[in-house]
Amino acid sequence: MMKKLMLILMIAVLPGFALAAGEAVQLDHMEPDHANKASLQRGAATFTNYCMGCHSLEYARYKRIADDLGIPQDMYVENLIFTGAKIGELIKIGMDKEQSASWFGNAPPDLTLESRLRGEDWIYSYLRGFYKDDARPLGVNNVVFENVGMPHVMVSLQGLCAVEPQIGGKASVDPLSGNVQNGEICSDWETEGSMNSAEFNAAMYDLTNFLSYMGDPVKLERERLGMFVLIFIAIFFIFAYLMNREFWKDVH
Amino acid sequence: MSKLINWIDERLPIVEAYNKHLGQYYAPKNFNFWYFFGFLAMIVLVNQLVTGIWLTMSYNPTGEGAFASVEYIMRDVQWGWLLRYLHSTGASAFFVVIYLHMFRGIMYGSYQKPRELIWIFGMTIYLVLMAEAFMGYLLPWGQMSYWGAQVIVNLFGAIPVIGEDLSLWIRGDYLISGITLNRFFALHVVALPIVLLGLVVLHILALHEVGSNNPDGIDIKKNKDENGKPKDGIPFHPYYTVHDLMGLGVFLFVFCIVVFFFPEMGGLFLEQPNFEPANPLKTPDHIAPVWYFTPFYAMLRAVTVDLFGLDAKFWGVVVMGGAIAILFVLPWLDRSPVRSIRYKGVLSKIALATLVVSFVVLGYLGIVPATEGRTLVAQVLTFLYFAYFILMPFYTRMEKTKPVPERVTG
Repeated sequence: MMKKLMLILMIAVLPGFALAAGEAVQLDHMEPDHANKASLQRGAATFTNYCMGCHSLEYARYKRIADDLGIPQDMYVENLIFTGAKIGELIKIGMDKEQSASWFGNAPPDLTLESRLRGEDWIYSYLRGFYKDDARPLGVNNVVFENVGMPHVMVSLQGLCAVEPQIGGKASVDPLSGNVQNGEICSDWETEGSMNSAEFNAAMYDLTNFLSYMGDPVKLERERLGMFVLIFIAIFFIFAYLMNREFWKDVH
Repeated sequence: MSKLINWIDERLPIVEAYNKHLGQYYAPKNFNFWYFFGFLAMIVLVNQLVTGIWLTMSYNPTGEGAFASVEYIMRDVQWGWLLRYLHSTGASAFFVVIYLHMFRGIMYGSYQKPRELIWIFGMTIYLVLMAEAFMGYLLPWGQMSYWGAQVIVNLFGAIPVIGEDLSLWIRGDYLISGITLNRFFALHVVALPIVLLGLVVLHILALHEVGSNNPDGIDIKKNKDENGKPKDGIPFHPYYTVHDLMGLGVFLFVFCIVVFFFPEMGGLFLEQPNFEPANPLKTPDHIAPVWYFTPFYAMLRAVTVDLFGLDAKFWGVVVMGGAIAILFVLPWLDRSPVRSIRYKGVLSKIALATLVVSFVVLGYLGIVPATEGRTLVAQVLTFLYFAYFILMPFYTRMEKTKPVPERVTG
């Protein structure tokens, strides 16, 4: 009786823990895939070209990225290191933190662990959440991060949305016309970018995927090893179980 | 080999020690699932010590270098990520097995005479373990490390007259700083582990002096055979060593699922804000301690009234401290003629269920931000938690107990 009661009570409490992780802002979901090396490589290129001017990855090394993502080291040095840093070095930036704090209000944070701090959904939504807002010093605001100090760096790719983009809406297919609804997050563009929505979403997926890898570079290897460890323990348990049964068979 | 053993034994009684603690230590043969957790606590302790030693080799205990050195361990040190996840998951696993171990003791009355001292040593281990975990959590020097420590150390400031000076003395600075980090590191890796190991030895020596309790709460030494061995006892080795190996397999399976697949455990074992370096100028939106402290944290927040001219915060600290302190005197609160919940009356069963529910729900309430409704629930549950202990002398005497069998029931 006691056992059942305890079990019921414990199960009754569980849903509460799930609620604890609730989010205030609606976000678009993004499923990272660390095995998709092409995506990670494109993300690394985008990061190097658009983000690294201001954001460091100061706990990570160029060489690790090259090796993990399958980019030949000489090719990496030629195309993705602009500073003359050696490939074994940590990814630091030249921007002075005090100066950048006076330019933007806050120094741009290091992004090595951003995906673990805020989650992939947040990054993916944030990157697509900029819109025109003349009340802000840089003329842009963000629906995910209100009054953010960062400029819309990728305005030449995405374009500039004149109204607040719809983040967190569910895309669906209209059953009568067959048209995709809510696929577009912006209903009114101030300026057009060089990419259409689908292309920009894909580019931001890759960039988010890269930052997801950056936060947890050992994930694939960890999970691969984990399977072997679990199989080993399972086999160990079988022998432990049989040995236990053998020893206890005469105990009554 | 036997010559070597004889040589040593003439100088140090290793054969006697082996027999006393393993080969001839008679444990009741009716141990069930709940009796794995003492052994598992030992395994986790060894895991924490070994991984801790290796982490120390690459960790940098300074305000400037701590956070980066943890990432260095995670990224550049060979197998560093595994060492760190084993250690961080081990910390939570330690509390999981200790809570279950304590629940076993409460359920089967293992603290009752003549095992009061075992219980006291055990409670002291729990207390030192909380200090050890708290100081260890500062070391990664993330936002939650920093602000969690800030909140807890400030609690001492609520004590009248000496409070402010006391928290200053603990920190060694006017705010949590590299100085605090340094002393917490020293305590976490040297002082407290030594105390912990000593207490574990005392806990086991005291246990082996009086013998283990069992789910029936019967004294197995009352029924001995012609050789003077308890009829319901069985030598710990090999019977319980092979038995515990089986339990070890199950435990490691679950433990490794967490280590290899869910090392953050959805933010319960590693909290998200801790992936940002400590920043004294930026307070996180929501500060919550790690899950194993949250029942007590919820009790602290549940106290909202000033009394006798003293701050509600002070009374919160008193309630929180009392919630732990009252566990120490448990052996003297229980007046029941029987040990195990199996033979206690219905009042004890209701009381124990209430204790478990209030502790678990308080744990949840300590994780989430406080609202008016939640605070009210926390107040009721804090009351129920204390009621279990304070009313114990009465309900254990009033209720009708079942007759205890002569021999264990399997």
